[in-house]
Amino acid sequence: MPAKGWVEINELYCKACETCITDCPSQVLALDMSRLSPKGYHPAFMLLPEACTACGICAVVCPDAAITIYRGVRPSPKEEK
Amino acid sequence: MTDSDVKLVYQRPAGFDARTTHYCPGCTHGVAHRLVAEVLEEMGELHNTIGVAPVGCAVFAYNYFSFDFVEAAHGRAPAMATGIKRTLPSKTVFTYQGDGDMASIGMGEIVAAAARGELITAIFINNTNYGMTGGQMAPTTLPGQVTTSSPKGRDVERQGYPIKLAEMLATLDGAAYIARRSLHDARSIRQAKKAIRTAFEAQRQGLGFTMVELLSICPTNWGLNVADSRKWLADHMLPFYPVGDFKVNPAINAAGGN
Repeated sequence: MPAKGWVEINELYCKACETCITDCPSQVLALDMSRLSPKGYHPAFMLLPEACTACGICAVVCPDAAITIYRGVRPSPKEEK
Repeated sequence: MTDSDVKLVYQRPAGFDARTTHYCPGCTHGVAHRLVAEVLEEMGELHNTIGVAPVGCAVFAYNYFSFDFVEAAHGRAPAMATGIKRTLPSKTVFTYQGDGDMASIGMGEIVAAAARGELITAIFINNTNYGMTGGQMAPTTLPGQVTTSSPKGRDVERQGYPIKLAEMLATLDGAAYIARRSLHDARSIRQAKKAIRTAFEAQRQGLGFTMVELLSICPTNWGLNVADSRKWLADHMLPFYPVGDFKVNPAINAAGGN
């Protein structure tokens, strides 16, 4: 089943508290252990983007309002500006 | 696929300024800030609001909101908010206070403001300790809870019992809406947002003093990770501090509040 939406995580705000990862009902999110944010945290990222339903729970529980959620089909990188 | 098929479900509210907060990872102060910003944005009050910051972890709250904010002396936010609201009655005025600020040094101010029925809203963050100074025992610390100044657990024989501020303020005639909510999971956070909305609406209607107590986590000072802190809140704080509405002015229900 294709993804119903996607989330974008602002790495300036994300503090890797893992609240979104714990609460995501589809286990979409994980910490990106290969990168560090400017603040020195491993930011959350979409590990399983195809499972996202854009339900919005991650944004509701995020203490730093780092998450933007879109419903629909994500434009391919070429189409993005 | 065109862009019109894409719908924005959620984005950072305009009232929550575009900068990183100083709070520890997972701290629910951020959630409370966000809810206040969302509610004021939905009510169209962003340009008509003055907040009053406390002393405590939220002492820099004025940095994180895009609307006007002032800083009060320790515990004196309700007194300052009283002055602002009486001078500028058309403004939405709220205080944002922690348990050390409101339930300890500021107990006199909050009780007096509620008793006078001041048309202000108080957002009360209860995390059962003094977060900023290193996790000392607060008036809200649970019986038996270990803090840096009660290393063997709060002994109610020596240190007394915790203060349930929401229940206490609900006994005052000046209070229009007194509620307690929790911030430990998505469902509770949604209910907290509704309560904050109801409180601000009651203020706008001029019904009296309003307060929303928000049960919060303090992972750093509790010595737990964020997931365990949220579980600790649900297991220990919720039985002692039940969520609910403790005082609801009948006019709120008549106006279709929750």
